[in-house]
Amino acid sequence: MTVELIKRLLNDAFKPELLEIIDSSAAHAGHAGARSGGGHYHITIISQAFEGKSLVQRHQLIYNALGDMMKQQIHALGINALSPSEETKGTHK
Amino acid sequence: MSVIERIKNQLESNPVVLYMKGSPDFPQCGFSGQTVQILNACQAKYTYVNILEDPELREALKEYSNWPTFPQLYIKGELVGGCDIVIDLYKKGELATLLGSAGGAQ
Repeated sequence: MTVELIKRLLNDAFKPELLEIIDSSAAHAGHAGARSGGGHYHITIISQAFEGKSLVQRHQLIYNALGDMMKQQIHALGINALSPSEETKGTHK
Repeated sequence: MSVIERIKNQLESNPVVLYMKGSPDFPQCGFSGQTVQILNACQAKYTYVNILEDPELREALKEYSNWPTFPQLYIKGELVGGCDIVIDLYKKGELATLLGSAGGAQ
């Protein structure tokens, strides 16, 4: 299952303190982008790996970790990537 | 001109470039549409490229930016991000500053 695979890849890559994945594919079924079969997911991830990284760099790290999944299984990925210090500062939305 | 040269050329000649699905008037994807709305809310002056009309450019951009999805917003040749990041920067008030520094805000 796609969510399980995403979870495994991200756990391996980032050893996150928190990882939540929401599958919102059903809400997008039928629109143009969903036709190819890729799902819509939203992840919230807190990991030391994001400390000192820009938003673009964090997303690129996540895309890299997911690799080929981004080509087929995932059509859209919402990302909320935080470092532990940001989380405790209350910037977590 | 190679496709990489075309990308570089677009980014050098335009301070703010949005690579998107569809056009600002007729976005073909919700994420592209949301990004357009935010740029409009900032009264940004930007150039757009409809990547659905240019499959070669679409594939090359994913490699160029190490970013597999669209939209992609570039300011002064640098990838700012996709829809999520644009919304985030907008909420923090940082997007207008970035656009202003590029001469992309009115």
